[in-house]
Amino acid sequence: MSAQHDYAEDLRDKKVDYEAVEQSSQFKRFLDNKKKFIVPFTVFFLIFYFTLPVLTSYTTFLNTPVFGDISWVWIFAFAQFVMVWVLCTIYVRKAASFDKKAQKIINEQINKGGRT
Amino acid sequence: MNLTYFLFFICIIVCTLIITYWAAKRSTTTNRFYTTAGSLTGFQNGMAIAGDFISAASFLGIVGTIAINGYDGFLYSIGFLVSYLVVLFLIAEPVHHLGKYSLGDVVCSRFPGIEMRWMMAIGTFMISIFYMIPQLVASGFLLRLLLDIDYSISVAVIGGLMTVYVVFGGMVATSWVQIVKTIVLMSGTFLLSLIVFSHFNWSMTDFMQRVQEGTPLGEQFFQPGHLFGNPLEFLSLQLALVLGTAGLPHILIRLFTVRNSLEVRRSLMSATWIIGLFYIMTLVLGLGTVAILGYHTLIGADATGNLAAPLLAREVGGDFLLAFISAIAFTTIVAVVAGLVISATTAFSHDIYHHILKKGKSTEKEQLVAARWTALGIGLISTLFALRLETINVTFLVSMTFVVAASSIFPVLLLTIYWKRFNKIGAITGMLSGLLASVTLLLLGPNIMNVDGGWIQREAVIPLYNPGIIAIPLGFLGAMIGTLAARKEKKDNAEFREFFKRAQTGSGRESA
Repeated sequence: MSAQHDYAEDLRDKKVDYEAVEQSSQFKRFLDNKKKFIVPFTVFFLIFYFTLPVLTSYTTFLNTPVFGDISWVWIFAFAQFVMVWVLCTIYVRKAASFDKKAQKIINEQINKGGRT
Repeated sequence: MNLTYFLFFICIIVCTLIITYWAAKRSTTTNRFYTTAGSLTGFQNGMAIAGDFISAASFLGIVGTIAINGYDGFLYSIGFLVSYLVVLFLIAEPVHHLGKYSLGDVVCSRFPGIEMRWMMAIGTFMISIFYMIPQLVASGFLLRLLLDIDYSISVAVIGGLMTVYVVFGGMVATSWVQIVKTIVLMSGTFLLSLIVFSHFNWSMTDFMQRVQEGTPLGEQFFQPGHLFGNPLEFLSLQLALVLGTAGLPHILIRLFTVRNSLEVRRSLMSATWIIGLFYIMTLVLGLGTVAILGYHTLIGADATGNLAAPLLAREVGGDFLLAFISAIAFTTIVAVVAGLVISATTAFSHDIYHHILKKGKSTEKEQLVAARWTALGIGLISTLFALRLETINVTFLVSMTFVVAASSIFPVLLLTIYWKRFNKIGAITGMLSGLLASVTLLLLGPNIMNVDGGWIQREAVIPLYNPGIIAIPLGFLGAMIGTLAARKEKKDNAEFREFFKRAQTGSGRESA
């Protein structure tokens, strides 16, 4: 199968009944789970990221020292690095389970033409 | 130029040419030429992504900015790092599933057609070229400052090398040059950071004390608010930085060089570790420059602060370390520009020549010949431009790249992948409005229109150096208005189903 796959042709020839695949509860559950994972995390990291510049631009309360000379601005900045690495790890772990489910859908439904 | 410098440079040039020779023997098919036929492992590709991404402007510029402005310089790098989460969570796997060689492939797998391919090819081409020329110009200045080589000779050498890598070795050579660059860059900055710490007997208190003594900002050095006077300007920049990477073609086409989505994730995971650790080390180097050399010595040598890392190296390690850091800067430049040449080449030879002019019917051999000639043409023309544009405002073109990418390619990719209602008209108007809005706003902004020293000596119409906060929403708005204005076709919906399935599951991707 080429990467420039002609889906319209598939549909005409009824090679794969994608509608049936889409309507299947297996596929719906797969997408739901994926969405429930990706959307909250994306919203979280965007808010977490923009909070730092917004707070440093419009307020000064992050400038207060936490211990010694280290102030909250530095803690928050390093927290961004930690956040990126932690979220990456979580995503990579979670996505491995999505891969298995996707492969199952491909094997069970798409390769059999969607007629389950 | 003394013998130490000469040996370091010869060593780098010879090593990369050996890589190219080895790669040339392996670049015998279009699949290998454009994407190494997916032969890289995730970790190798992660190193290559870091090598593609970290420009000399990052390496030298951020160290200098931190040395001069303290905390605010560090904020810059956070935007670059977090942008990889946007790529990983939203863009990476669908792009890998849908595309073969270019971003044109990705969008055209949902909206096939010549117009769509033109738009993606033009966007990719524009972004890659506009990023490459300032890198070449900056490299000319850099080598002149570091080694006292003539501007035109430095540009010609770097331009020549990048062309040779891509013409003969394609993506295979580009990838390995980038991997070598990452190894050299990371070990060099790590070594320099250790030397900085050892200077203060590993005492953080001493180190911080000396930083405060070295900067005219004193204690304020550790607080935000020195680099960006206007909060809106700052937020606009941060927005363009965080969304820009997900629209940079030379980074995204690297996702085609691995086998499957597991390796795509490993690539990005490795890239974020490398890039994050690198930015933490630039912080050490920036602070180290202030502590060891002091602000006035730095500014005295070069007002932009770009010489911070090299000066620091000379102070702590003499001529030898300076030669080593200069060689690293040189490798950094050639790796980035080579990545840009291959991305512009793919847009031209795969999208425009193969798909548009030859209607997808050219043979494997013709495609390969076209790709090599295109790379040669792009390399030569960009080098010639860089030679002539010695006086161009470099920072303008670099910041432009991120804004243009974030407001044109990023919205179109995101909506193509996720929005059911999106259609071809919307994708085309989205690209157009994003490109036009970002370029127009940049032209009307203070980069060009400036009372003191601008090309147009007038008050700027748009007071933002980084118009991302206006341009990015305009890109999305253009895409949405175009979509809703177009007559709704029932067919669109059916096709999206299949497309969506492939984007999400990876079904039907050619296994390489």
